[in-house]
Amino acid sequence: MKTTTEERVVDLTTSTVRQLNHSLHQLRHTDGPAVWHVKEPRGAHSVACGLTVPVRIEVDGPTGYYCAGMNQVATVILHGNTGTGVAENMMSGFVLVKGNASQSAGATGQGGLLVIDGNAGARCGISMKGIDIVVKGNVGHMSAFMAQAGNLVICGDAGEALGDSIYEARIFVRGKAADLGADCVEKEMRDEHRSVLADLLSKAGLDYSPAEFRRYGSSRKLYNFKTEQAGHY
Amino acid sequence: MCGIVGLFLKTPSLESELGLHFSRMLATMASRGPDSSGIAVYGNPASAGSLKVTLQHPANDYDWSIVAENLSRRFSRQPVVRIISTHAVFTLAAREEEVRALLEKMHPDVTVMSVGTNIEIMKEVGTPESVIARFKVERMTGTHAIGHTRMATESAVTTQGSHPFSTGFDLCLVHNGSLSNHSRLRENLRREGIIFRTDNDSEVAAGYLTSHMRNGETLSSALTHALDDLDGFYTFTVGTSDGFAVLRDRIACKPAILAETDDYVAMASEYRALAVLPGISEAKLWEPEPATVYSWRRKP
Amino acid sequence: MNSPQKPGLRESATFDRNVIHEIQRAAETGIYNIRGWGAKRALPHFDDLVLLGASMSRYPLEGYRERCATDVVLGTRFAKKPIHLKIPVTIAGMSFGALSAHAKEALGRGATAVGTSTTTGDGGMTPEERGHSELLVYQYLPSRYGMNPDDLRKADAIEIVLGQGAKPGGGGMLLGSKISDRVAAMRTLPMGIDQRSACRHPDWTGPDDLAIKIEELREITDWEKPIYVKFGAARPYYDTALAVKAGADVIVVDGMQGGTGASQEVFLEHVGIPTLAALRQSVEALQELGMHRKVQLIVSGGIRSGADVAKALAMGADAVSIGTAALIALGCNSPKLEEEYEKIGSSAGFYSDYQKGNDPAGITTQDKALEARLDPIKGGERLANYLRVLTLEAQTIARACGKSHVLNLDREDLAALTIEAAAMAKVPLAGTSWVPGSSGL
Repeated sequence: MKTTTEERVVDLTTSTVRQLNHSLHQLRHTDGPAVWHVKEPRGAHSVACGLTVPVRIEVDGPTGYYCAGMNQVATVILHGNTGTGVAENMMSGFVLVKGNASQSAGATGQGGLLVIDGNAGARCGISMKGIDIVVKGNVGHMSAFMAQAGNLVICGDAGEALGDSIYEARIFVRGKAADLGADCVEKEMRDEHRSVLADLLSKAGLDYSPAEFRRYGSSRKLYNFKTEQAGHY
Repeated sequence: MCGIVGLFLKTPSLESELGLHFSRMLATMASRGPDSSGIAVYGNPASAGSLKVTLQHPANDYDWSIVAENLSRRFSRQPVVRIISTHAVFTLAAREEEVRALLEKMHPDVTVMSVGTNIEIMKEVGTPESVIARFKVERMTGTHAIGHTRMATESAVTTQGSHPFSTGFDLCLVHNGSLSNHSRLRENLRREGIIFRTDNDSEVAAGYLTSHMRNGETLSSALTHALDDLDGFYTFTVGTSDGFAVLRDRIACKPAILAETDDYVAMASEYRALAVLPGISEAKLWEPEPATVYSWRRKP
Repeated sequence: MNSPQKPGLRESATFDRNVIHEIQRAAETGIYNIRGWGAKRALPHFDDLVLLGASMSRYPLEGYRERCATDVVLGTRFAKKPIHLKIPVTIAGMSFGALSAHAKEALGRGATAVGTSTTTGDGGMTPEERGHSELLVYQYLPSRYGMNPDDLRKADAIEIVLGQGAKPGGGGMLLGSKISDRVAAMRTLPMGIDQRSACRHPDWTGPDDLAIKIEELREITDWEKPIYVKFGAARPYYDTALAVKAGADVIVVDGMQGGTGASQEVFLEHVGIPTLAALRQSVEALQELGMHRKVQLIVSGGIRSGADVAKALAMGADAVSIGTAALIALGCNSPKLEEEYEKIGSSAGFYSDYQKGNDPAGITTQDKALEARLDPIKGGERLANYLRVLTLEAQTIARACGKSHVLNLDREDLAALTIEAAAMAKVPLAGTSWVPGSSGL
C-alpha cells in the first residue's frame, strides 16, 4: 500500500527506456514514489511495459508501440497519442490514452481497463480475453476480431468487419458500425448488459446512458463447423 | 521490411532546410532498416527543355568526365555535372530515351537512378547514417523528398535493390511491406515495355504505376487500381514532380502515420521519425485509412 | 501398380486408393481432412546422407575414455541468462490441450533427467510443466492463449512462433474437440467448440515490427531470457536472415516433416520444404551474416535417431528438437495397443488422428480414462532413456569422425546418397565431388 506521496521525474532525453523500465521493475509495493512522470518520450517504444506494482505513471508526450504492454495493477496515463498495441495483453490495472491510439489497442488483454479519449485504429481489442476497453471516439476496421471475453465500448463509429469471428466478448456501439464481421450480430440489450455498460461508462468518466448504445456479439454459428457455413471462411 | 519517410513542403519557407529535417527523419528509421538506404529529393528543377539524370557507379573515383564528354558530343552542349560520392547528377537538354540509349551503349556499367525535371535519387548499401553522410543529405534543398531504410527480405542487399524505385519520369516509390503476386505482374509489365533491373517486389509496384500513368491515368487513379491488382501488404509513398501520395492496402497491417501543418505534410512508418520535425506538437496527426489514396500537389 | 491378387487389375498412380478415399470423404462431409502428425510421404531426408568415419586420413576417438562432449549453450547473443543444455536435443513445443497432462509431465521429467528443455505449446504454461521441467521454453504464439507476464518471467526462454513446419502460414478451423474444461479455462474459450487458429500475430506483422516486439518482451523480462524465433520451413534463407536482423538469440527452423496436433491434410503434405533443405539454407544465412554459432540454430522435423542428430549438427545446427519422436518414445503407436487401435479404425504404426482426442496411449487426449494409461513417471523414464540413446548414438558417430565435441561435426563429414539430397544439403554425392546446382542457392 502506497504511503508516500513522492513523485519522480524521468526525462527520456537523458535516460533510456531500459533505465526507466528497469527502475519500475525494481519497485516493490511499499517503496518508491507513488507517481512517476516520464518526459519527452517522443514516440519511444515499450514505455512502462511489464509493470507489476500499483504505481501511477504519467507519460507526457506521444509514445510508440506497446506502451504499458502486459500491465499488471499499475495506472498509466498517456498524455498524447500512442502507437501499435497499447496495453497489449494487459492483465489488470488502468491505462488511459489522452489522445489517439494506433492499431491493435488492448490486443489479447486479459483484464484491466483501457480508456482511449480519442480514436483507436484498426484491430482494437483484437483477440481480447477479458480486458475492458472504452473508446470515446471511433475504432478502425477488424476491431474485436476473434474477441474471446471482455467488453469493448465504442462511443463513436466502428470500421468494417466489427467483431469478425467473435467468441463471447461483448461490443457496445453508440455510433454506427460500418459492417459486421463473420458471426457477429446485433443482440438484445438486457439489464445485465446495461449494468455492465453503465459501470464502464462511469469508470471512463462519461455520462452517456446505456440506452444510447447497441449491443453486438457472437451468433455462435461458427462454434461448430457446418458445411453450409464454408463460405464464411 | 523497412522504414519509409516522406516530407512535402507546402510553402517555400522551409525549402532551404528540406535536407536538414528530412535527414533526421531518415536517421530515426535506421532501426527498421539497417541494410541500405535511399532518398529521392525533388528540387532545383532543370530549365525548360532540359532534364536531370542521376547516375551511379560503384567505384568511388569513377571518371564521370568521359560520360560528360560523350553526352556533350551527342547533344552538342556541355552538361552540368554535380558529383556526390558514387553518384553524379547531369543536367542537359536532351530527351530521356536518347540519353538512356547512349548510356546503355557507351556506359553500360553506369546505372540510371532517376530521370526527370527535378528528381534526384540516390541510394547506397549501408546504414542510413552512412548514406546521409555520403550524400550530404542534410544540406539538400528542394520541395519534397521521400526516403527509405531497408531490411532486405526476399531480394539481396544491393544498391540496385534499394528503394526508392523509379520507373518513370520524375516518378518514384518507396514501400514498406511485402507483395505476394509481384512475380507474375513483373512478367506482364515487361511485355508492355517496362524495364526491371532487380527481383525486388517494390520495383514491380513502381513499374505498375509507370505503366498506368503512361496510359494516361493520374497518379491517384493508378494507385486506386493498384489496390485491386497488387496483392500483399503495403504502405506506399510515391513522389512525382510536384506531388506526393500515400496508400495503404485494405488489410493495413504495415504502419503509417501522417502529420500536417501549414508548412508541410510529413509521412513516416513510426511517429518517432516525425517527432524531429519543427512544429510537430501542433501538427494534425492521423493514420491513413486503408485502401484510401492521400495525395498533395505543390501549387505552382 | 498391378494387383497381385487379381492380375489384370491396374491401379492408377494418380488416382490411387488413398486419393479415391479422400475425394469420396470430401464429397460426403464437405470439409477438408484434418489429422495430426506431419507429412507422411517420403521426402529427401537425413537417411539420404551418410557420415564419413575415420580411416587413414582421419583418426577416431576411443569410446568411453576419450571425451566427446555434448553440451550446448543457447542464447548467448543478448540474454543475461543463456540456457545451458547437457545434450543437443530439446523437446519441441506441444500444448497442454493437444497433449494430456500426464504426457506433458512425462516430457518434463524425461527432459530434466538428462539436462535438456521442454517447450510449452499453444495454450500456455501449466504449473505442472513448470514444476517438472527444469528448463522450460515458453512459446509466444499468434493466439496468445494464456499468455501472461508472470509466466514469461518464470520461463527460461521465450520462443516467438511465426509458424511450424507442418503448416507454415497456416491457421484456420480445427475441428474436433479437445477443449475440455481445463483447456477451455486456460484458453478463455467456450467448451466443445471447433477451435479457430490465428495465422498472424495480433499486434505485429513483418520483421521490422518483430524487432520492436522482441524488444518489448526483453523489456518486460529485463533482458534475462533468450528469445527464440521459430518458423516453418518455406523460405528459410530469408526468414533466418530477417529473424537475426530483428534481434533473435536463437532460430528454430521446423521442416515439413514436423508434426502437429491437428492440421489440414493439404497443408501437411503440400506446404513447406523438407528439413534437409531448410537446415542448409538457414545455416547459409547465418554464415553469410557472420552469425553462425553466435545466433544458435535449432532444427526440427523428423529427427528420429542419433544419426539424424549427428547429421543435423554436421550440417551446422547447434541443436535439434524432437516432437513426434518424443511421443513415440512415450508409447504412441505402440504395437502393444494394436487391439485398441483397431477399435478406433486404425492400426499401430498408422495412427495419427490426434485431433480426435481418443488416443489409446493416453498421450494426445484429454479423456481422463485414456490419460490414466500413461504413467507420467514411467513415461519420463522412457523419454530419458530415448534421449540418452540419441546422445550416445550421436557421440559414437562423432568419435568415429574424430570429434571431441559433437558440435565439431561439419559438412565435410557428410556424403550424399541421392542427387536430391546432395543438392538440398549441398553435400557431394558419395564417391564424387559433385554437388548439383552449387552455383545458386
